[in-house]
Amino acid sequence: MSLLYSILVAPFLDMAGSPLFLVEVVLGGIAAGLMYSLVALGFVLIFKASGVFNFAQGVMVLFAALTLVGLMERGVPVVVSLVLTGAVMVVLAFAIERLVLRPLINQAHIILFMATIGLNFFLEGFGEMVWGANVKKLDIGIPDRSLMVAGVQVNQLEMSAAATAGALVAILAVFFQRTRVGRALRAVADDHEAALSLGISLRPNRVIDWSVAGLVAIVAGVMWGAKSGVQFSLSLIALKALPVLILGGFESVAGAIVGGLIIGVGEKLGEVYWGPLVGGAIENWFAYMLALVFLLFRPQGLFGEKIIERV
Amino acid sequence: MIYREAGQFKTSYAADEAIFPIVQDRWFVSLALAAAALVPPLVANEYWLQAILIPFLIYALAAIGLNLLTGYAGQLSLGTGGFMAVGAYAAFKITTAWPALNILAVFMLSGVIAAGVGLVFGVPSLRIKGFYLAVATLASQFFLIWLFNKVPWFVNYAASGTITAPPRTVLGVMVTGPEATAPVRYLVALGVVAVLALVAKNLVRGRLGRAWMAIRDRDIAAEIIGIRPLPTKLLAFGISSFYCGVAGAELVFLYLGSAETLAFDINISFLVLFMVIIGGLGSILGSFLGAAFIVLVPIFLTNVPHLVGLQLPVALLKQIELMIFGALIIFFLIVEPHGLARLWQLTKEKLRLWPFPY
Repeated sequence: MSLLYSILVAPFLDMAGSPLFLVEVVLGGIAAGLMYSLVALGFVLIFKASGVFNFAQGVMVLFAALTLVGLMERGVPVVVSLVLTGAVMVVLAFAIERLVLRPLINQAHIILFMATIGLNFFLEGFGEMVWGANVKKLDIGIPDRSLMVAGVQVNQLEMSAAATAGALVAILAVFFQRTRVGRALRAVADDHEAALSLGISLRPNRVIDWSVAGLVAIVAGVMWGAKSGVQFSLSLIALKALPVLILGGFESVAGAIVGGLIIGVGEKLGEVYWGPLVGGAIENWFAYMLALVFLLFRPQGLFGEKIIERV
Repeated sequence: MIYREAGQFKTSYAADEAIFPIVQDRWFVSLALAAAALVPPLVANEYWLQAILIPFLIYALAAIGLNLLTGYAGQLSLGTGGFMAVGAYAAFKITTAWPALNILAVFMLSGVIAAGVGLVFGVPSLRIKGFYLAVATLASQFFLIWLFNKVPWFVNYAASGTITAPPRTVLGVMVTGPEATAPVRYLVALGVVAVLALVAKNLVRGRLGRAWMAIRDRDIAAEIIGIRPLPTKLLAFGISSFYCGVAGAELVFLYLGSAETLAFDINISFLVLFMVIIGGLGSILGSFLGAAFIVLVPIFLTNVPHLVGLQLPVALLKQIELMIFGALIIFFLIVEPHGLARLWQLTKEKLRLWPFPY
């Protein structure tokens, strides 16, 4: 009885008891969730356009952050380093298209997935070899401190990350809806044979797609790097983005954002109100369980394309 | 080639359906098995047994387990490490609770417990498919590892949080624990993997294996011709987890000696998946080839710089190793996406006609 009480009743009493704290927890969850969304966005972009489940997205985030910090440490101005890092990510996209994707064209999805895990290992070793393995500090001029707004503690860095994520989604939405290139990308994603017959060529499209994912990785890398330093463990955030991905659906940009918010808030609430019951440190698996429960009701994620199955 | 199968006529269904229908193949496999049992314990030194052969056999067992699930039943799983951990911790709990129980029976029992856990985590596979399922199986990986870390009962309240293989004997010979010699542990691992591989081979040739393959190739069509997806998929998860559980128990008891949950983290899941993909999806032989590849490549990469007299800093070496490993995986996927088993099959077919190909 007391167990049921502490699971089903006590946490809600706690929430009702101090609503301001609840707001703080939810805000923290939203901020954390948007950080996950930033990584998940990169996954979605690539999966949408080429059907590749890119496990290396986390390492691309790490690689982008490492390159940026490495350049800044060598005295290159911030803006120039950003541009250079962008160039590096585009070159990387070219290399991946030429060396990995093109030879593996028409292979099963699982083979491409495995290839991106290989890519994951390669980039990890390469990034550390070029820029060193020690933890680096990335200072982008936004202090990591809290402000009091209407009695609620708000972390400045997290809020700017949230704003960045919002801006990024707006830019991506315009890019995909209004520009010629973005429309071509969507056409290829919809039906690549029809797109081919309309004169859209596939190769440059894939390069563009991976480049855009690379640029998104830079943004994610900057935000995560500013938050917790640029270090090897950054590549593991890919694992954090995966539940966001299956929750939102692999093909949906909006899903990545909404999924991130649900996971972020759910994780924080679970950790704060239910975590102590089972000894804490549940954030490693709680997101997955949460996503799993959603998936049981909607197997293709919240915003994923409806799976039509026929024999 | 060195042998021809001409003149070998099959006069019964049993002969037609044999695992190795050709006499020479039967001889070859028996001889290879005998050689594997006799030669290494006599010839190989401690390093070879401990660093290469024992982990190879254990990983091969885990790879067979995952191959049953992913290669035959088509359910992509990233939770192998979690199921191996279940086997290891179950074996530890059972053998410390009943020390008199034969350690081989303990391995099998821990496999059964892992199978039970696998059944539970296999339930979502009925609704969730493909990559969604793969990510969902990560839930089991992270949850199980967290559970073993959090609940001190699993490690018998040891302050260090590690499980250690206690000394156990079979027929008077020390098999586990610090005093067990490498040749003995090697032979036990070999025996277990040989028997279980034979079972797996027969399983996939039989009714269940065919049902798995039907589900893999087109699940709705399989359902229509009368294969019930729920029991078939759940059995795939259960049996696969049994193999992984036994492999996990062996990993601690025959190879590592003592371990904590770190030995079963997400990396081991990926490693076993690599073995299955590189070896060949849907092939028992491929599981062995893939395990050999993944065990040997890192050892090869660490030793090559020493052999050519190159002196490099350790950190750099580690990074280069990682890069070459990643590049090799991509290279192999490009060259032969169907794995080493397919490569072996092609070679065999070429050799059959050699030296007079038409």
